[in-house]
Amino acid sequence: MSDSQGPLWEVFVQKKAGQPFVHCGNLHAYDKEMALQNARDLYTRRGEGMALWVVPTAAIVASSPEDQGSFFEPSNDKVFRHPTFYPMPDVIKHM
Amino acid sequence: MTTQEALFKYTLRLGDCSIILAQRLCEWTSKGPFLEEDLALTNIALDIFGRGKSLLEYAARIEGKGRTEDTLAFFRSDRQFTNYLICEQENGDYAKTMIRQAMVDCFDLLLYSELTKSKDETLAGIAAKSVKEITYHKRHSFSWTDRFGNGTEESRTRAQKALNELWRFTGEFFEVEEADEILIKEGVAVDVKSFQNKWETELHALFEKANLTLPETVFMQTGGRKGIHTEHLAYLLAEMQALPRMYPDAKW
Repeated sequence: MSDSQGPLWEVFVQKKAGQPFVHCGNLHAYDKEMALQNARDLYTRRGEGMALWVVPTAAIVASSPEDQGSFFEPSNDKVFRHPTFYPMPDVIKHM
Repeated sequence: MTTQEALFKYTLRLGDCSIILAQRLCEWTSKGPFLEEDLALTNIALDIFGRGKSLLEYAARIEGKGRTEDTLAFFRSDRQFTNYLICEQENGDYAKTMIRQAMVDCFDLLLYSELTKSKDETLAGIAAKSVKEITYHKRHSFSWTDRFGNGTEESRTRAQKALNELWRFTGEFFEVEEADEILIKEGVAVDVKSFQNKWETELHALFEKANLTLPETVFMQTGGRKGIHTEHLAYLLAEMQALPRMYPDAKW
């Protein structure tokens, strides 16, 4: 949509240092500084995070829904690709 | 004037500046240039309201005559408000709102940074919280000033017009009256003269970067701290005070 609100930016919030930046939404802004400020106001007012990334939406290369079959389904029948045959120590999380 | 009277006057003035400016900024709520900016400015207004509430609450406590922050905010007339004239000036277009905000933010950041060292613990505490907020407000208003000044011919013209209109209200920031003098000696109030040069230097740098020129007016309009206001304050108060005055017992 062409309008006067500026281009779209995607916002990623990091909850704590060391954790991944998680996509949480998008916003409009005319430049980097404004994008960062708007992200702060829209997505971190209630203590949601300690760090922010903003990325121009146009800079993101995304797979398209039509690619779903060729991209992702071939992995369904190849269970040997998943490391599920090893006993994992309890202390290892997020595998 | 006793120290207590001076402290009441000083705290009341800081509180008045905050709530009047916040009320002005709130007029943009739901009418901002676009959604994200609408939220940003409303947020800023809320920060300033919060500061004003704490200050008026404290002023009422110092006075000790049974008034509260609400009676101070809603049951005084324009002549009893001591805010600086710049706070009550109309929003105009977004350039004017941002130029006004940049000048106030720059002043407030210097003022409240100094106030954190006050011997009055309550004022120092309010200041410490405010400094973080104002640091952000200033970043916001400074970047908008730069953006307007270096944007299109139209945006630069509007920013320049706003600067021409508002500059004459900035002399009031640096006046020192009896209450200030008493409290400066006590280490309670901030001597604004101590950072006047810094304020000017910072703003000159901002306006230069933003391709804007300071008007060559020598006349500085003043009177706010004595209750002599521009015509705009009475209208602002009429709107802000209408409900509590019509229904004094109204509760949230």
